[in-house]
Amino acid sequence: MPSKRAISYAHVTRSFGSLKAVDDVSLDVAEGEFLAVVGGSGSGKTTLLRLANRLIEVDAGTITVEGENVQNVDPVALRRRIGYVFQSGGLFPHLSVADNIGITPRLLGEPAPAIAARVDELLELVQLERAAHRDRLPEALSGGQRQRVGVARALAAKPRIVLMDEPFGALDPLTRDALGDDYRTLHRKLGLTTVMITHDMTEAILLADRIAVMRGGRLLALGTPAELSNSSEAYVLELLRTPRRQVERLNALLPASGAA
Amino acid sequence: MSLLSDPRWGEALSHLPDYLGSHVRVSLAALAIGLAVSLPLAILTRNRPVPRALLLALASIVQTVPGLALLALFYPLLLLAASVALAWFGVSFSAFGFLPAMLALALYSMLPVLRNGITGLNGIDPALIEAAKGVGMTPRQSLVMVELPLALPVMMAGIRTAAVWVIGTATLSTPIGQTSLGNYIFAGLQTQNWVFVLFGCAASALLALAVDQLLGLIESGLRRRSRLRSGFGAIGILALVAATLVPTMARSSSGYVVGAKTFAEQYVLSALMRDRLQAAGLSATARSGLGSSVIFEALKAGDIDLYVDYSGTLWANQLHRTDIKPRAELVAELKTALARDNITLLGELGFENAYALVIPKKRAEALGIRSIADLAAHASTLSIAGDYEFFSRPEWAALQKAYGLQFRAQRQMQPDFMYAAVASGEVDVIAGYTSDGLIAKYDLTALDDPKHAIPPYDAILLLAPKRAGDERLKTALQPLLGKIDIATMREANLRASGNDANSSPDAVAKWLWGKVGQR
Repeated sequence: MPSKRAISYAHVTRSFGSLKAVDDVSLDVAEGEFLAVVGGSGSGKTTLLRLANRLIEVDAGTITVEGENVQNVDPVALRRRIGYVFQSGGLFPHLSVADNIGITPRLLGEPAPAIAARVDELLELVQLERAAHRDRLPEALSGGQRQRVGVARALAAKPRIVLMDEPFGALDPLTRDALGDDYRTLHRKLGLTTVMITHDMTEAILLADRIAVMRGGRLLALGTPAELSNSSEAYVLELLRTPRRQVERLNALLPASGAA
Repeated sequence: MSLLSDPRWGEALSHLPDYLGSHVRVSLAALAIGLAVSLPLAILTRNRPVPRALLLALASIVQTVPGLALLALFYPLLLLAASVALAWFGVSFSAFGFLPAMLALALYSMLPVLRNGITGLNGIDPALIEAAKGVGMTPRQSLVMVELPLALPVMMAGIRTAAVWVIGTATLSTPIGQTSLGNYIFAGLQTQNWVFVLFGCAASALLALAVDQLLGLIESGLRRRSRLRSGFGAIGILALVAATLVPTMARSSSGYVVGAKTFAEQYVLSALMRDRLQAAGLSATARSGLGSSVIFEALKAGDIDLYVDYSGTLWANQLHRTDIKPRAELVAELKTALARDNITLLGELGFENAYALVIPKKRAEALGIRSIADLAAHASTLSIAGDYEFFSRPEWAALQKAYGLQFRAQRQMQPDFMYAAVASGEVDVIAGYTSDGLIAKYDLTALDDPKHAIPPYDAILLLAPKRAGDERLKTALQPLLGKIDIATMREANLRASGNDANSSPDAVAKWLWGKVGQR
């Protein structure tokens, strides 16, 4: 794993009223790493993600992205160079698929032909058929297709970092599995650094290099799946119990599954 | 059949290009200003609850002011602004007609635009605004590229409501001097010309419907993201504006403007004066249906060139006098006073339109009553009816004091119904108007006022300051001075109160000239 840091949180705190959403969190994400942040609702995982591109501002502590303190960077410019995949897509309903994908390059002032070419390239990358989808409105797409467009939009301005906010949470299991795998492939192929929020430990184990476990605004544990299974935290072990049980039951129910 | 073949439809139609054009222009200008003010306000206050609530409350309050009152209020307000502008900046503008109407209507259009604008912008899924921020939009880009397009259908619904309100309310701008489709309605109601009333109502309803449908087309185009639909709607609106501009542009706007207040006698007299000017080769138009308080100021400011007022009205309202003088003396003193404002009192027409106590002729003969003094002896057994303001006017107080009048009962009535009521014996005495045609129709008599308790209300012809030295104008009007006696005016008013083709002000004016011109 390359040791250069893409994102670094140092003693970061953010409160909403009396609630400490993120409480003194320090965490480094290496370049090229795929980090999953796992936790229940209210654990502070979404706040942690949004602090990185300044959709939310820190109260205390420092966040650096690619070596720069984000407080010294124009937030709009920062967001344009970091890809962001929203929960259930966040596509603009009044814009076509192509216009949605091309939005960030358009904001950056890239010429229209270059944007059109990039959109075609991205549609292929996220495996959507160009002719059938390019000029559709988001409402005409299935959930999985919408999220593919969401990924394409996040990648349009060729970011090196992608933040994902429960990107596959609302999808059916099959679509979710396929999309996760496809994204993992893109992550590797394009050399991205990815931080993905999820409440699903199985998904985190299958996709991520390392997993950060959040609870009550604090970073409870951080490590590879193997490292986490040695954790002394009861909550972490409990989170790992679910995938384990699933594996055992699946193995018991599908004894010959590997034979084919 | 007879209704459809009525020649008044043709007359109504001949006014349409002028009335409709003015109506469309003032409505759309008001709407444009209303939008230009309300939309930015909606955008600015959408995320600020306190100013937002204040703004909506203010707009709601404006909405509760009756349309007619709001329009009437803007006239004195602008008059003040105009005098300030002249004194401070040397800029002069007219406080009459278009400007006050447009501003009042613009104010009127604000509530639906504001409310729907704010509702539309606040109704957007916050996740989408977050997404706009997340993909790297500045607040302005988010507004223009995401929030406004998504709020547009709701905003357009508000704009449609505002358009219908403004077009409907614009009919009330006639009394402050703005020509509109309301000219039909005001003239029609006053002269009992139901063809005009119907025509005016139908025309404004159709206009409102047409504009609403065109805006609806734009709205559905935006909703379905169809440029074709939006384009057709926009072209429709533009075509409407262009169509109403063309005939008015072609019409010469120079010439004399003859003013008229909002009752039948005034419509007839203004038509008569207009005809006289045109016969003398002067171009002239009548501006009818002006409010009593507006018309004198309009003359003073030169927005109209001439009109007929009544000596007692100006005596009380402009000179603020409460004493009463004989007819000739009062007119002479009024003439001197008006001359100070450079207003020419050209002369009296010959008749008076004053309050008078009126009873049926037969009853008067039976009781031996000839004057109010005779009436006083019988008053305690009689009932009296007057219009809505009579019993609170100084004339009534003066009458009671001078003659010791003490009636058994007093009632308030719609003026049109008073004459029939006294003729049928429902009331014994009414406070009528001396020049009213119904006095002759119902065979009534106006009692003498030997103690001169009621001030004289001589019909007098007034000229605007800028026409003070206009000899051609004066010569053209000369044949009318002193020629219209009370009997002739009563008959003219009676004709004008009819409900057929011969009762239009134009027709009655021609009849009146036929009588007066011989003298």
